[in-house]
Amino acid sequence: MKKTYKIEVDCANCANKMEEAARGTAGIASAVVNFMTQKMTVEFTEGSDPKKVMQDVLKACKKVEDDCEIYL
Amino acid sequence: MTNKQKKMLVRILISAAALVALYFIPISGLPRLVCYLAVYILIGYDILRKAWKGILNRQPFDENFLMALATIGAFSLAIWTKSGDYTEGIAVMLFYQVGELFQSYAVARSRRNITSLMDIRPDHANIEADGKLIEADPDEVAVGTVITVQPGERVPIDGILIEGNGNLDTAALTGESMPRSVSEGDDIISGCISLNGVLKIRTTKEFGESTVSRIMDLVENASSNKSRSENFISRFARVYTPAVCLSAAALAILLPIARLIAGLAPDWTAWLYRALTFLVVSCPCALVVSIPLGFFAALGGAGKEGILIKGSNYLEALANTDSVAFDKTGTLTQGVFEVTGIHHNQLEEEKILEYAALAECASSHPISKSLQKAHAKEIDRTRVCDIQEISGHGITAKVDGLPIAVGNGKLMQKLGIPYTDCHSIGTILHVAIDNAYAGHIVISDIIKPRAKEAIAALRENGVKRTIMLTGDRKAIADHVAAELGIDEVHSELLPADKVSEIEKLLKTNGKGGRLAFAGDGINDAPVLTRADIGIAMGAMGSDAAIEAADVVLMDDDPLQIAKAIRLSRKCLRIIKQNIIFSLAIKFACLALTAFGIANMWAAIFADVGVMVIAVLNAIRALKVPK
Repeated sequence: MKKTYKIEVDCANCANKMEEAARGTAGIASAVVNFMTQKMTVEFTEGSDPKKVMQDVLKACKKVEDDCEIYL
Repeated sequence: MTNKQKKMLVRILISAAALVALYFIPISGLPRLVCYLAVYILIGYDILRKAWKGILNRQPFDENFLMALATIGAFSLAIWTKSGDYTEGIAVMLFYQVGELFQSYAVARSRRNITSLMDIRPDHANIEADGKLIEADPDEVAVGTVITVQPGERVPIDGILIEGNGNLDTAALTGESMPRSVSEGDDIISGCISLNGVLKIRTTKEFGESTVSRIMDLVENASSNKSRSENFISRFARVYTPAVCLSAAALAILLPIARLIAGLAPDWTAWLYRALTFLVVSCPCALVVSIPLGFFAALGGAGKEGILIKGSNYLEALANTDSVAFDKTGTLTQGVFEVTGIHHNQLEEEKILEYAALAECASSHPISKSLQKAHAKEIDRTRVCDIQEISGHGITAKVDGLPIAVGNGKLMQKLGIPYTDCHSIGTILHVAIDNAYAGHIVISDIIKPRAKEAIAALRENGVKRTIMLTGDRKAIADHVAAELGIDEVHSELLPADKVSEIEKLLKTNGKGGRLAFAGDGINDAPVLTRADIGIAMGAMGSDAAIEAADVVLMDDDPLQIAKAIRLSRKCLRIIKQNIIFSLAIKFACLALTAFGIANMWAAIFADVGVMVIAVLNAIRALKVPK
């Protein structure tokens, strides 16, 4: 399953870091952060709960880049 | 400017003013240190906070940490050496913030500009109820509802015009600036703007299925497919920052120790200063921001021209295109059949056309349609009777009591009527009236007016090979190819043959060169997917083709392919310039610092200056080169 979320991040490198953090989260098959359109597209692994997984993704992103937001 | 940016600007201005003022105020010792520290905290508190949080999260290697370390280091050195020169640390922080502000402003602005270029989403649909117009959410309008579009409004949903006429501005959809005039019964595509007439449209699709939604979807999801350069840069940024930090550590510790061993003065403070300068240069911002910005600008610029590219990876592929394969019908030709000649006629041309059109009046075949179009008069069906369609041959019928036969050579043979063969290219319709040969009508597909120019433009832009793949007969295919100057022709192909033909072409294609396939989408979807770059002609074509294609040309003009290639080459050139330029300056600066030639001022100018230039250069990608 694929979903796109609106995000807010100020710098391009931070966007890259968020992408990496999201990819490393359990339950995420792939993640792409688009800095220019301020969007995160994630693909969940089979059987995972998107709501729960996205909470973890947000936590992981906050850890690498304090000044970011994902609108769930 | 956002509030965040305004606040930053105020902080920058106050700090800069304070710095200048402090330069002229003769204070020394502790009060001096306190004053400077206050300015430092004012300009850099957010960086310091972020750096601290990074350390707490065990993610220390980011630019905030580096800037904090470098500036605190510079401050400490100034205190240690009692030089009292605190300006440097503050200035570095100040310029860094100026750079960040500029970057965020430039990015936000171009983001807004580019998305507004592409913003064709209508906000409401007008529905008439009790003689009043009510604004409804387009999402909630059912198929078959009559909506009203007033002058200046955007058509929200696809439909058929049932009342009114006027001109439509299709620029947002096709990039075509000439308005299109519409009258009752015409199909209206959502996303167009009504220029002068009040249009009543019966919707034929739901909002979500309408052209405008499909295109918005495409645009919004574009550029999430990352290119090789973008991936390279994010990988590079991951390595670069830690590498520079390690080198800085080596400069600060190993070199003085080496000097000690060699019996020289270790010069700790000088080397520490150089190491701190290293840290200032270590921010990869210029590269990291300018590359996605460049691609985004190019995608936006292409969209403005009516070329939708589904991701920056396809821009990269387009730039390397050296072979282009075309479908014939609908791509290079208009795909509408027209009567192009009437030969060997015994009667007036009008008369032959009339009889043929009457005989064919019951058929829905494109051939019949083109006959009706050429005849251009109302058909009186009562004049026709006894219509018989002989499959693979043609039609016989009685018109005004006379037996008429319209069909190919086989039909004439069957009826035992001698006929004259035709040397023209196209479909030949022989007509016999009252069992006597009356001549033949040539119907052929018309080559698009700009197709020849398009092939020439491709060649000018470095495309080495042009190929035509078609299901049509060899004679017709060869004729069209010769007319347009296409290198290779593969004719009489079934849809499946086209795929295997593309696979063969992919194999013979040179290394690095990409093969593009342009088709109008009717049964081309598998070929579009198989080619390196699939280009679908006409966004109003089939949904499957738009889904399968990587590039969608909003209008049917094949000349757009060359434009897309030019644009992508320009974009890639800019990206390359930015990568080389930023890296060269950074490495030069690192080298100069290591030898003690460049100081921290030079380092911060290199960092911010390169970023500003790279961002400005990236924005250039928005404009399509002529």
